[in-house]
Amino acid sequence: MHFTINGQSHEAEVDVRTSLLDLCREHLGLTGSKKGCDHGQCGACTMLVDGRRINSCLTLAVMHQDDEIVTIEGLGTPENLHPLQSAFVRHDGYQCGYCTPGQICSAVGMLDEVKKGWPSHASADLTGASLDNAEISERMSGNICRCAAYPNIVDAIREVADASAKVDA
Amino acid sequence: MKTFDYARADSVEAATRAGGRFIAGGTNLLDLMKLQVETPEKLVDISRLDLNTIEEREDGGLTIGALVPNSDLAADPRVIAKYEVLSRALLAGASGQLRNKATTGGNLLQRTRCYYFYDTAAGCNKRQPGSGCEAIGGFNRIHAILGTSDQCIATHPGDMPVAMRALDAVIVTQKADGDKRRVPIGDFYRLPGDTPHIENVLEAGELITHVELPAPTVGRHLYRKVRDRASYAFALFSVAAVVTVEDGIITAAALAFGGVAHLPWRNPAVEAALVGKAPSDETFNAAADALLDGATGFGTNDFKIPLARRTLIASLREVTQ
Ligand SMILES: Cc1cc2nc3c(=O)[nH]c(=O)nc-3n(C[C@H](O)[C@H](O)[C@H](O)COP(=O)(O)OP(=O)(O)OC[C@H]3O[C@@H](n4cnc5c(N)ncnc54)[C@H](O)[C@@H]3O)c2cc1C
Ligand code: SF4
Repeated sequence: MHFTINGQSHEAEVDVRTSLLDLCREHLGLTGSKKGCDHGQCGACTMLVDGRRINSCLTLAVMHQDDEIVTIEGLGTPENLHPLQSAFVRHDGYQCGYCTPGQICSAVGMLDEVKKGWPSHASADLTGASLDNAEISERMSGNICRCAAYPNIVDAIREVADASAKVDA
Repeated sequence: MKTFDYARADSVEAATRAGGRFIAGGTNLLDLMKLQVETPEKLVDISRLDLNTIEEREDGGLTIGALVPNSDLAADPRVIAKYEVLSRALLAGASGQLRNKATTGGNLLQRTRCYYFYDTAAGCNKRQPGSGCEAIGGFNRIHAILGTSDQCIATHPGDMPVAMRALDAVIVTQKADGDKRRVPIGDFYRLPGDTPHIENVLEAGELITHVELPAPTVGRHLYRKVRDRASYAFALFSVAAVVTVEDGIITAAALAFGGVAHLPWRNPAVEAALVGKAPSDETFNAAADALLDGATGFGTNDFKIPLARRTLIASLREVTQ
């Protein structure tokens, strides 16, 4: 099977049962995405597929042969961090760090959804939401943090969202 | 997970004739396959079929492709403007990641979250017909209070289908022989009865291709979901309501309920208790009496009966304000 991950082409021969998460972790050495619950409940495995955030544990690799897949490894490098990665460092948006790759991939996808004008359960008006902290919490509720670093995660995302709102203005 | 054959369908016809289990977003089916609650021998991947658009019809209604993801449906400006209850129900379900994958067809057909259904060591008539129902006499906090049978007390866990039931959606299908049919959502699901493993009227190979929403009606929309945490949890009870008040009188009401039955529940007696009356707690209590007539708790879910009454009254106060 052929896959495009973080802009690179990969060939892999895998069992049809292999999830997209296991493909990356077990077969391609991309261990940044984490396996928490393996049932779509914790969000540690979040990746971007064709720009949309999804739970990579609840989808089969074989179903994604024609897609553009981005994992945490594709967002930044240690020398050149993605703005959300450096914001998580600045705001201490973690303790153990296990959920962090999923949190960051999810936040990238989430901010893009906000740009597209997508509402959330926290939006009083479905036609135009402003990204307050309640909105960030609701939109990020698919990512569980057992260390409960939530306030700092929200602060990190808030900083990046506010900065990009300024650039757009 | 048991192994399976995999085929990607390139047309609706090919999918219906492939003789396997459809997989769309996979967010429910793969979850259950990992636990071997589901063990299909063949998966037919329908995710690339051309069924992912939302079209306006001449009669003013919308036709939603079965593969439209839950996120896109919730954010569609036409849905927000005219079917707000549907957007609200979708946004109250699952998480951002799951809604990006979950499809309209898959959401309708998602299976119960009954703990014993998930536990292959437990007796469960739905998973294994004839093996009993451990939820009766067991932990049944999330279980049904209406329309149950002595064989199964599971609920349909979905939010989107509850809104669709209030909106009188029609489910459009295509069978292996090419026949198409349009099934009103009220006729689509089955009560558990003696065959809780048969959950709807679909035949083998029959594919949901679209869901039609009738032309919108006037009225205020509300979806209220009560759950164990404020986000990312299934409903203990939910209300989808579209209600019109004119000159101080309720002139139209469509209400459907989640978390209480094997299917998204609707009872004309609830609406009859409201229409023609002035909004008041007395009227709302009469509607709750109609909803809960014959409701039965099974121990740990007894709380759902007063919860349903209070939530319905609070919802009606809000929507008739
Ligand atoms: C952690 C978690 C939390 C969740 N919370 C909620 C919640 O709060 N509210 C809620 O409503 N849902 C919730 N869900 C469930 C989610 O909404 C469903 O998993 C999803 O809608 C299923 O859609 P899918 O496309 O992924 O279906 P799949 O898993 O692909 O398929 C589900 C079933 O439908 C069949 N099928 C799919 N498409 C068709 C078709 N077109 N025609 C015929 N058969 C078809 C499949 O064969 C399968 O039996 C949650 C799920 C998870 C994992
Ligand atoms: S309630 Fe239904 S799904 Fe749950 S154990 Fe009983 S038969 Fe199975």
